[in-house]
Parts: sequence; structure tokens; C-alpha cells
Amino acid sequence: MRSRRAILIEGGSALSLAANLTLTANPARAAIQPPDFPFPGGNGQRPLTKDFPQKGTMVLQRSRPPLLETPFADFDQDAFTPNDKFFVRWHWSDIPTDIDAKSYRLAVRGQVEHELSLSLPDLLQFKPVEIAAVNQCSGNSRGFFEPRVPGAQWGNGAMGNARWTGVRLKDVLDKAGLKAGAVAVRFSGLDKPPVDDAPPFKKSLGIDHACQPEILIAYAMNGRALPLLNGYPLRLVVPGWYSTYWIKMLSDIEVLDAPDDNYWMKTAYLIPDTPRADIKPGQAGVAMVPINRMSPRSFVTNLAAGTRLKAGARAKLRGLAMGGDSGVARVDVSADGGQNWQAAKLGRDEGPYSFRQWTAELVMGGAGEASLAVRCANIGGEVQPDVSNWNPSGFMRNVIERTPVTLV
Amino acid sequence: MKKFLLAELILSLMVMAAQAAPSFKSRQADLPPDAAAFPDGPNVKVASQNCLACHSADMVLDQPLLPRATWAAEVTKMRNVYKAPISDADAALIVDYLTARHGPN
Repeated sequence: MRSRRAILIEGGSALSLAANLTLTANPARAAIQPPDFPFPGGNGQRPLTKDFPQKGTMVLQRSRPPLLETPFADFDQDAFTPNDKFFVRWHWSDIPTDIDAKSYRLAVRGQVEHELSLSLPDLLQFKPVEIAAVNQCSGNSRGFFEPRVPGAQWGNGAMGNARWTGVRLKDVLDKAGLKAGAVAVRFSGLDKPPVDDAPPFKKSLGIDHACQPEILIAYAMNGRALPLLNGYPLRLVVPGWYSTYWIKMLSDIEVLDAPDDNYWMKTAYLIPDTPRADIKPGQAGVAMVPINRMSPRSFVTNLAAGTRLKAGARAKLRGLAMGGDSGVARVDVSADGGQNWQAAKLGRDEGPYSFRQWTAELVMGGAGEASLAVRCANIGGEVQPDVSNWNPSGFMRNVIERTPVTLV
Repeated sequence: MKKFLLAELILSLMVMAAQAAPSFKSRQADLPPDAAAFPDGPNVKVASQNCLACHSADMVLDQPLLPRATWAAEVTKMRNVYKAPISDADAALIVDYLTARHGPN
């Protein structure tokens, strides 16, 4: 198994090298420019920053606590997002910037037979597993909501894909021994609110979900230790679910005997209990539930908005797709804004929770303005919608993306 | 279909990490200072003194232009939910500042 893996990794490197060479030939891609996101009503200009530790050039959404977005051009390189380009999102500003690996402990407590206090070497005694999974902020793409809603005004770059290596949460819970009354598992990390009475950031999963084999306590992403701002040394990985559950600098696992009623589960991160969390602005009397599974999304990554292409000629398109809570079943592309569709060719399958690269050749229409569109359907049968969803928190945007181009 | 998904999942989970176990090193890193400040205007000092205790100004400046009621709700949330120690008098001035600097008019 191990040697086969090694070969696969080398194959992946060769492929991405080829992609890089192609890109280098295109001078328009050479330098990343500060984005001006086409948000409804404007105010979409953001600076770039290289000032954050272990991070390359990122889009600066907020200095403190950090909100750093991946420049969209970086998604064109590979199905996996480099660690130094992976987006960053913290809720509270008291983030430890000094981690002592020797004294670091992960507590497991609450409704368990034996409470645990695991050092980092202790964790390595559990069987290592790896899974490829997209980590996406609940509010990714919030800036495109119309009407606009308050919150982090992300473009589409509050997402990333990595191979996560760690140990199964279930194995750790089994070692502690779940008591009969366990109904949920709550997670928190080392970050703290700057004000004493404010609610510390904690999230929980139902006990059945927590015991699923894909849920990991990760100590590595893309084969390297996690960058500090992505949760060094440990992060919960909840494949298929939004990143609000992927607790960073994980230090506490608390098994609960009642549903979690802490602020971050009961009040924050709620979505309308409607298909695609979609309601009308001002709609009242909607039942709300904690945000959970992700939906399918797809993007063109090799052509920026406003690119000039030859009218009537074939154009090469390349991009990423994600199924959300299940694998990518198919990706379709359109040269006319979504009236006519043709199937894209899917790249290597890295598992149901990973980004999947796709490529397509599309014949462009006659000279003038055109809109390229891309649409993903997942294995569960969910297809990206033609019309945007809306909710007051700006969560779960997954409308079919359109790239305006000029045909000459 | 379900069987396929399960097989796929098991396969990806069974694949062992190619890397040797990581060596955990202690980490220290400094975070940079705030990149932006609140623009001048009436009550900018009150806004800076209160808001910047917990977050940088760009969080506010990057928002869409929001009406007074929405800014008032944001300030109320900061006080009631996130426990920002803002006095009633300061809260009113902050809402004035935000509406004037970052409102729809």
C-alpha cells in the first residue's frame, strides 16, 4: 500500500509540474494582482499581504483576528491547495503564537470511562490515516450575496483542499470509552476571546457523526505539519462539513450527555431549515438548524473574468469541482451562460471529499460578450442551482458560477 | 451507488500516510500589526478606542454600506453577545460614526 501511494504522489507532482509549465507560458498569470471583487454595490477592493507567518501572498480580509483569502489564481495550480496559500479564519483575537510541543496536551473528558490527557507523541501511537478533503468556510463567497449581508466579505477563496493526515477521532474516543449517555462531542482549541465573559469558540458533532471513520484529528496537511494559522499542531477534520467544525489548535474534546446549547451551536452558524438554506430577505417564522453538510460547487480557474478569447474557436477550460458531502458525479460547462451544456472531462479521483480537477474544450460563439458557466452534480444527485440562494448570514452560496469573457 | 461511495471512502482512508510521523517542534510566530485604521470623521476616536480593542478596522471598512439599523444591531451584538465593554453613550456615538462613514448616503 505504501509503495503504491508513493508512486501516486510522484505522478501527482509530475502532473502539477506540467500544469505549472503551461501557466508560466502565460504572462497574464505571472503576478497576482490585488483583487477587486465584483460584489453587488461595490467595496470589493482588497489588498494583498505577505506579512503573516508561514503564509505566502494572500488576500487580506482582516488583520486581527486574521481573515486571509486564497488568491483565486492559485486554485489553477493543482487539486490541492498549498499550505502557505490555504485560507485562514479566526473568530477571536487571542491566538497563541507560541506553541510548546512538549507540554501540548489534548484533553478527552466528560461522558467517558477514562479521561485522557494526550501528548503529541501519545497521539502518534494511534493508527495514522489520510483523507483528501475540502475545507470551506460557511460564508465563502458572502460578498456576492444580494442583498448584501454583514460578515466577512469573502470572495470565492475561503476554501482549500488538502490531504489531511492524523488519527481517527473514533479511535481516541474508544480509548477513553464512551459512556452510555453520550449524545454529542464538543471541541475547542487554544484561541480565546479577548473579553472574559464572551463565549469561547466551541463546536460539537452528534455522537454518531463523531464516530464516523472519516473524522480525523489531523497533525499534518499535504504531508507537512499544519501552519500555525491553520491550527498547529492539531486540527479536527470533518470531511463534507463546513470548516466551522474543523476546530484549530484542538485542545479539548468533551463528550456531552445532552445536546450542546453553547452560543456557537445554538445561536451562531444557524441556517434556515429549507432546501439550500434559501429564504427570501425578511422572511419570518423559519425554523433554524446548525449549518452542516456542504453542497456541490465548481469554478473555472484558468480564465479570469474579462479574458479575451477568439470568437468561433475552441477554448480550453480548466477548473475545480467539489461534490460537498459526496463525490463529484459530473461537471458540465457552457459557452452561452448555461443554455447549452457539454460534459467536462474529470481529472483524477482523490476521494469523495476532495476537489476534483476538470478540463474541457468549448467552441466559442460569435464576437461579442459571452458568459462561460460551469455546473457540478454530486454523487448524491444534488446539482448546483441556476439561481443564488439567500439567507441573512450569507452561508452556503453554491449558485452556478459564470465567467464573463469577450470574444473577438 | 452507495456501495461505490463506501468502497471509495474505505480506500481513501486505508491509504496510509506516505510521510514518516512528523516531528513536532515548538512554534513561535508573530502576527503583523493592523494594516488599516478608521478614517477620520466625527467620533473616530470613540470608535477606535472601543472597536479596535478586539478587532482591526478593516473588518468594518470591508463591509457593504449598511443602514443605521444594521450598524446599531452590529454594535448591540458586539456588546450583548461578544461582551464588548462599551458604554451606552459610546455605543450611540459609534453607530453615528459608522452610519456617517459607512452608510448608504
